[in-house]
Amino acid sequence: MKAPATFKHGIHPDDHKYLTKDREIERIPFSKNYLLPLQQHIGKPSIPVVKKGEYVKRGQLIAKADGFVSVALHAPVDGTIEKIERFKGPKGVEQEAISITTDLYSSQHIQTTPPPAYSELTFAEFIEHIQNAGIVGLGGAAFPSHVKFSIPKDKKCTVFMLNGCECEPYLTSDHRLMLEYAEETLEGMMILNHFLQAEQLYVAVEDNKPESIQKLIEVKNQKGYPIQIVPLKTKYPQGAEKMMITAILGQELPSGKLPIDLGVIVSNVGTSVAISQYFRSGTPLIERIVTITGESLIKPSNLLIPIGTPLREVIQYCGGEESQISHLILGGPMMGNVQKSLEVPVIKGTSGVLVKGVENVLDFQQYNCIRCGKCVEACPMFLNPAQLGTLGKKGFWEEMEEEHLFDCFECGSCSYVCPSGIPLVQTFRMAKEHLRRVKQKNSTPK
Amino acid sequence: MKKFSISSSPHLKSQDTTPGIMLELCITLIPLYGISFFYFGWSAIWMGIAAVLGSVLPEYLTNKSGLKDRSSILTGLLLALTLPPGFPLWMAFLGGFVSVSLGKLIWGGLGQNMFNPALVGRAFLQSAFPTAITTWANPEGWSNWVTGHNLAIPFLQGKALTGITGATPLSAWKFEHTSTNLNELLTGDVSGSLGETAAVLILLIGVYLYIRKIITWRIPITILLTTAVLVGVLHFIFPDRIPEIPLALFSGGLLFGTIYMATDPVSSPLAPGGQFVFGIGVAVLIVLIRYFGGLPEGVMYAILIMNAFTPLINRWIKIKPYGHK
Repeated sequence: MKAPATFKHGIHPDDHKYLTKDREIERIPFSKNYLLPLQQHIGKPSIPVVKKGEYVKRGQLIAKADGFVSVALHAPVDGTIEKIERFKGPKGVEQEAISITTDLYSSQHIQTTPPPAYSELTFAEFIEHIQNAGIVGLGGAAFPSHVKFSIPKDKKCTVFMLNGCECEPYLTSDHRLMLEYAEETLEGMMILNHFLQAEQLYVAVEDNKPESIQKLIEVKNQKGYPIQIVPLKTKYPQGAEKMMITAILGQELPSGKLPIDLGVIVSNVGTSVAISQYFRSGTPLIERIVTITGESLIKPSNLLIPIGTPLREVIQYCGGEESQISHLILGGPMMGNVQKSLEVPVIKGTSGVLVKGVENVLDFQQYNCIRCGKCVEACPMFLNPAQLGTLGKKGFWEEMEEEHLFDCFECGSCSYVCPSGIPLVQTFRMAKEHLRRVKQKNSTPK
Repeated sequence: MKKFSISSSPHLKSQDTTPGIMLELCITLIPLYGISFFYFGWSAIWMGIAAVLGSVLPEYLTNKSGLKDRSSILTGLLLALTLPPGFPLWMAFLGGFVSVSLGKLIWGGLGQNMFNPALVGRAFLQSAFPTAITTWANPEGWSNWVTGHNLAIPFLQGKALTGITGATPLSAWKFEHTSTNLNELLTGDVSGSLGETAAVLILLIGVYLYIRKIITWRIPITILLTTAVLVGVLHFIFPDRIPEIPLALFSGGLLFGTIYMATDPVSSPLAPGGQFVFGIGVAVLIVLIRYFGGLPEGVMYAILIMNAFTPLINRWIKIKPYGHK
């Protein structure tokens, strides 16, 4: 057998996926209340269309898209709008959110009308449908899907890829999704390609998920879809868009360009399932699959969770003890964001919740850089993190930019491998933020 | 309400640590000390202790936290292996002290130095005590409690002992035009510095360090290949001046310097392209000094000179970032 395709550099962290990879997806019981931030996606916040005290049905529109780069938001339960007020969201920024008190006597049976068959829709109508269904990229960035699939007139999509790599350690939600929703995964892809008309279709999966690969191939053969299931080498960050494109097509995405400039569109497998489910039943994006994991949990799981469920409920359900938690991470351990408390909700971009117990906190001493070059060998973007780190320590931000700071997509491989425990990617993040602010200041007229 | 700790991703960390790497390098030196002990006796052990005491002293005096990363211990252990067996112990101690103080601390500590600290110490000893450092003892077995001038009193002329000085394979070639038996070179049963005589062992350790990803292959392989090619061609042109390839590769400090000194990440280039340039430079300088200069051995100066070029190489040869081709 030939070696699976991959990119150059990267790292091999322990994947810790054994905790949840064999846990079937289960639905978490409904919570008593839900909190739905109006901006869970990249772009403008949605505009509420409901009032305080109003009764809403599960799947009902509660906030509509504000302009093109924005999506709709729907009620995850039958219940009453409690309030619409500002709160501190998962990214640490204050924003408006709608809170809903669940109707405890409702059957929570969802009543939606399926949309017209996709084959009868025009491209523009299709785009409008997925925007109104609130569908965003479910890999973590939550970029509105309809924007990604609206290809500029002068471009054409020739290659369409689904990303099922799931290279972040600990996370298994995409793995379970591909295994348990294999039909929907591929069906969603075929629906999308009805409009995209790409010539080559790939589903990329890291080869540490042989069951998913097997299942996808079975379904593909059974249905006769012209899709190639591509096992990629298990290596972090294989699931990064650029690394995936390089692994499959053997070419690099030029700096500053988007995949569509090469005729490529990459989408997460979860997004494909969401689209397929919408066209099957008319259900908008009101729930998602999330891996809840960590060594300290009694029952790490893959859960189907309504958007807006408070993390407190989720952690309790998995047997987590609040006093034993040291770090609460949304997303994977390599790129996820920490949370200060359990008061934040699961949002559309939450692919995983990683709980680090007080007993396994990383505590590493920092030493001087010995220029061992491990970071250079790790960086998938072929940057020189050691040099960038030295510049950053001295505050030479502009020089960092010359050394291609903005090509860094913050995968964290450099910090992971650094034997001297130097916070490299953390420094780069700060430098980028600093440079952005300087630019903003210079561009605003006085 | 409990607040959780805040930190910026990544929240995973590999097990490698800088003190761990230093410790592992120190451990790889144990076989070399072992074989050195076997051939030259207890002097190997005394020299190691003396040099390490000298090398950790400046760390202890200035900033005790510098001891934690263990790099000074490594420097001392390396230095002792580059010295002759009968070398006065007080000089080894002084060499260790100079290595770390002038070779590392005045630059700003670990990672900030331009030159390999152990070689800085050795260069100091070579210029301060040129006779002592070129007085070689023959391998006379492990039962010797002291060798040569080990116990010389500081700043007093050591009494010349007859019958213990021998010629190294390099000086034998340079000054007497005699070749050394290849088997003796490979196993280390020749006179020379403590740690550099057993070619096979050093090569094996090099392979181990490469597999453990502590050193890269580029610098050592480039040095060895370039030296082999240069010596091969030159031997063809000047057969009586230039030895054959095996004698050139397996004698003197070439292997030891290649594996342990030239690969020192602090003082060698980061980018793969730069490492090739560095390796070629070292090899060319070794050949020039050994066969066209006044000294029988040139590995130390070759590496030190290329250390000086490292910042320039780093500036010239950069890694090409993804998406900029």
